Amino acid sequence: MESTVIKSRNFNASFGSNHVVKNVNIDIPRNHVIAVMGPSGCGKTTYLRCINRMHELIPGASSSGEMKLNEEDVYQMHPIFVRLKIGMVFQRPNPFPNLSIYDNVIAGYKLNGIKLPKAERDRIVEHSLTRVALWNEVKDSLNKKGSFLSGGQQQRLCIARAVAMEPEVLLFDEPTSALDPISTSTVEELFHELKVNYTLIIVTHNMQQAARVSDKTAFFFMGELVEYDDTKIMFTNPKDNRTQNYITGRFS
Amino acid sequence: MAQIETELQLLKSEAINMWTLVNSQLNKAREAFLTFDKDLAREVVLKEKRVNGSELKIDRDCENIFALFCPVAIDLRFLLAVLKINSNLERIGDIAEGIAKYVIDAEAPFSKELLEVSRVMPMYEEAVGMLEDTQAAFEKEDTILARGVFKRDDLLDAVNKSSNKVLEAHLKTHPEDTAQALWLISIIRRLERVGDQAKNVAEEIIFYLEAKVLKHSKKFA
Repeated sequence: MESTVIKSRNFNASFGSNHVVKNVNIDIPRNHVIAVMGPSGCGKTTYLRCINRMHELIPGASSSGEMKLNEEDVYQMHPIFVRLKIGMVFQRPNPFPNLSIYDNVIAGYKLNGIKLPKAERDRIVEHSLTRVALWNEVKDSLNKKGSFLSGGQQQRLCIARAVAMEPEVLLFDEPTSALDPISTSTVEELFHELKVNYTLIIVTHNMQQAARVSDKTAFFFMGELVEYDDTKIMFTNPKDNRTQNYITGRFS
Repeated sequence: MAQIETELQLLKSEAINMWTLVNSQLNKAREAFLTFDKDLAREVVLKEKRVNGSELKIDRDCENIFALFCPVAIDLRFLLAVLKINSNLERIGDIAEGIAKYVIDAEAPFSKELLEVSRVMPMYEEAVGMLEDTQAAFEKEDTILARGVFKRDDLLDAVNKSSNKVLEAHLKTHPEDTAQALWLISIIRRLERVGDQAKNVAEEIIFYLEAKVLKHSKKFA
């Protein structure tokens, strides 16, 4: 039986008086790719940012309800520890522009003051870059700045940076919206490989991408989780009319 | 209206036109067969080209919609259903043409007694009725009407099943009808196929509207 890695119960999030995530209940199985979709302003990114406690960094933001990582309450854990366990990759590739490719990969350790022997650092860099299929492309230029890489390579470098911390869950917020189709395809292939070791939660506006890469899909609308099911079911026979209208482009 | 919706509406209209054309072919073949009207039979054979052209057009339009709009959910089911319905309708068109060709080749009208005893005309009426029901079910998105088609197939099956024995008995007293009886058997088999095609079409309508796969299942279980 598949185990649950993230579990939300009656989860709510707000910005001041604006209630943006409403009573979300969801079980996210381990080693799966979950796509989160919905129209702009439906609360999907806010929900994603609640999973690793980034939502609370915004002034006036609040949340309530249960958010569990392996049955442990995320909101009772130290936020830094939460973010070590739940990594995040953003819409635009954001490698540290002044750091080398090598230093970008181990930036998480450096920024958290974790000192590692050189051999261990080397191992992590090679392992992480291999995981994101970037090692062969950059192994001879590890000391070059990360910003010299192409957009697709930079995004994979950011994924390597997240992977280097050996998280359990990786959150992706529109990870390919700034990439060309070839880089998008490379990153999508990567999702299939990464799910062997991690659980991936991907917010995407690209429905075909959700259909291509995910095992399960969640549809948010006006802050509510309207439907959550196997992706094959969501895209062939959704139960809720709002889901059907959204994925068939009939949303008004 | 979303562009895909416009495209699907157009496709639906094309499918309905195809249905109307095939229905008309089947009706005219029936009329030509009953009245021994060779001109009408020739018209059916000529119009078969229009059925084939219509089939190709619908196939091509489905292909374009798949490629350009990446349909999902009910839109995807609609397209898959239309593709299969299209193919079934084209085969019914072939059957109408086959019956018309018999009328063109035949030397004399069928013996009235042979038509009576074989029950081929009620069978023909039922086959046409089944096809009309599927068209109405598709147009009105009515799955109750579509389900009714499965039951209507019983008469076609019964006539087909009894045809060998009935004609064998008839030929004992009317051996001069042998050639016609052989043709009649062939027409009965074709009409039985029309019933099967109509059932396939009804299954596709239910799949499109309810996402239920009835193929290879007991329809009344």
